[in-house]
Amino acid sequence: MGRGWAIALHGGAGIDPNITLHRQQEAKEHLSRYLNLGVSAIRSSLPANDVVELVVRELESDPLFNSGKGSALTEKGTVEMDASIMDGTRRRCGAVSGLMRVKNPVSLARLVMEKSPHSYLAFSGAEEFARQQGVELVDNEYFITDENRKMLKLAQDANTIMVVHFHLIFPNIHFLLFFINLNFVHATMIVLLKIGWQFDNSIPITGHAYLPETVGCVVVDGQGRCAAATSTGGLMNKMSGRIGDTPLIGSGTYACNLCGVSCTGEGEAIIRATLARDVAAVMEYKGLGLQEAVDFVLKEKLDDGAEAGIIAVSREGEVACGFNSIGMFRGFATEDGFMEVAIWDSMKQ
Amino acid sequence: MGWAIALHGGAGDIPHSLPPERRLTREACLRHCLQIGVDALTSRKSPLDVVELVVRELENNPHFNAGRGSVLTTSGTVEMEACIMDGKSMRCGAVSGLTTVVNAISLSRLVMEKTPHIYLGFKGAEAFAREQGIETVDASHFITQENVERLKQAKEANRVQVDYTQPVEKDVKRDELKPDGDSQIGTVGCVAVDSEGNLAAATSTGGLVNKMVGRIGDTPIIGAGTYANSLCAVSATGKGEAIIRGTVARDVAALMEFKGMSLQEAAALVVGDRVPKGHVGLVAVSATGEVTMPFNTTGMFRACATEDGHSEIAIWDS
Repeated sequence: MGRGWAIALHGGAGIDPNITLHRQQEAKEHLSRYLNLGVSAIRSSLPANDVVELVVRELESDPLFNSGKGSALTEKGTVEMDASIMDGTRRRCGAVSGLMRVKNPVSLARLVMEKSPHSYLAFSGAEEFARQQGVELVDNEYFITDENRKMLKLAQDANTIMVVHFHLIFPNIHFLLFFINLNFVHATMIVLLKIGWQFDNSIPITGHAYLPETVGCVVVDGQGRCAAATSTGGLMNKMSGRIGDTPLIGSGTYACNLCGVSCTGEGEAIIRATLARDVAAVMEYKGLGLQEAVDFVLKEKLDDGAEAGIIAVSREGEVACGFNSIGMFRGFATEDGFMEVAIWDSMKQ
Repeated sequence: MGWAIALHGGAGDIPHSLPPERRLTREACLRHCLQIGVDALTSRKSPLDVVELVVRELENNPHFNAGRGSVLTTSGTVEMEACIMDGKSMRCGAVSGLTTVVNAISLSRLVMEKTPHIYLGFKGAEAFAREQGIETVDASHFITQENVERLKQAKEANRVQVDYTQPVEKDVKRDELKPDGDSQIGTVGCVAVDSEGNLAAATSTGGLVNKMVGRIGDTPIIGAGTYANSLCAVSATGKGEAIIRGTVARDVAALMEFKGMSLQEAAALVVGDRVPKGHVGLVAVSATGEVTMPFNTTGMFRACATEDGHSEIAIWDS
């Protein structure tokens, strides 16, 4: 088990299977670029904390991924961002939620960790701290992309689109009608019942707006120090004020002297599973190896049907990854020369 | 097997010299809340209902740091947070940054039951409270003279003491406040298990005295201040930042699950090893009806009862 540095980054799990080839190419190019930036930083002896921060900053600034610029939108059409960072060596941590003007949430999370007496600041208190610290602030508009405006509309429509299967007994006709809300369904059914129609079950469609959540990076540096950082705009069409797994230490992010972990996927499920902490806990308490631990928690700890992805590094210089969704934007590199950027197919040996 | 319940009113540097009037009022509240909890359990209310109603009582009592009686932020305001978790289903709900909601724990339950989310904070949480018609009052309702005093003392302590060992800006408040009797107290909580082994945990707090506006502690963070699964239910109290780093509540359950430890062993290890001395206390119950209430601070306001007739109300080590 040699030591050595290792780095993994992700741009979210749960990818639209119809994503264009062009888009895939673009994503891989960007991930490669940030991976190489991270690798250079590690090689120039930057500590793990610095490396995870700088890689996540790049991902935040990239509108292609759901964090910083390009964040998913709240139900109000605004952006509210969360992030967290954890220093494995001393298990210090910093987290932020509800940011609307801070250009790089992960950097503010780092400042919370290093320049405040607290671990987690949110909403206007966090923005005030940002002002005091002199970090770069921009308008909320900066983070919003046209694409996400469209996605928001899709998600909002999908919540109310229902398909009702009608069956007229005589003559024997079946057809489907689409309704945008329940009131119209009821009204229509009442009218049709009066004239002798019969119905099968209605099949409500809840549209699955594919939007990979979250970006993250985990690093073990040349000195065996682990760190992890995660950042997100959160769930598309979320309630304003909703906080997901990303800023919650132990859920979306965790690092200790054994490993660094960053998760992405269905935030609520990740919280219930305390996913990031559990990877480290099964290593610590059950003696599992890094990849075993990732596989174990994905299989045993997630709610049935919930989708998530995990990247992790160990102080031994290993990388691991696992996801049960359709795809996860990810990249890895280790000191012995291994380097990979991928979108589909889990990296199981 | 059998039901069990434990509750706390905060762990901290509670001086043995605590004046009788302050000690007795708190003990009376603990006794009252314990009775309410026991009555509810014996009338077969679900553990989720039990922990919510006990924590509501603790929130309503102005002598504990939750709801009315919450400590103040550096701006002299109140920002409350709470969390509830059902062990069987692992559903949970959490809220932060509340200023007008009378019972934060009840709002966290509504988040769990009436939204697709787990955690709502600040303005969004307040707006949800209004939508749900939960009881809200003017923010001044929560502020007590005792806490106005505490804030004043904390600010003075900060000005007087210089800490050059920590890399913080001069104008930012330090974490290590001078131990000031009961200034260090944080949080109320309750855990319960019924005779079928169903578990639940609930925690509620005003947070850290003189905290920065917007500061969130361990209480609403699943796995830090609050946790329940099919093995145990845990509610922690103390220095939030340390409890978050130590993932205290989750670790108690993880040690039981992954290392086969008993409730007592797991809780003792977490409190003894994973969090620095003077920083944490917790109450926990297991699916088999055991109770444990370890702490590494000077004291912890606490009470517990089990079906076999054992009951206890205490502040310091026995």
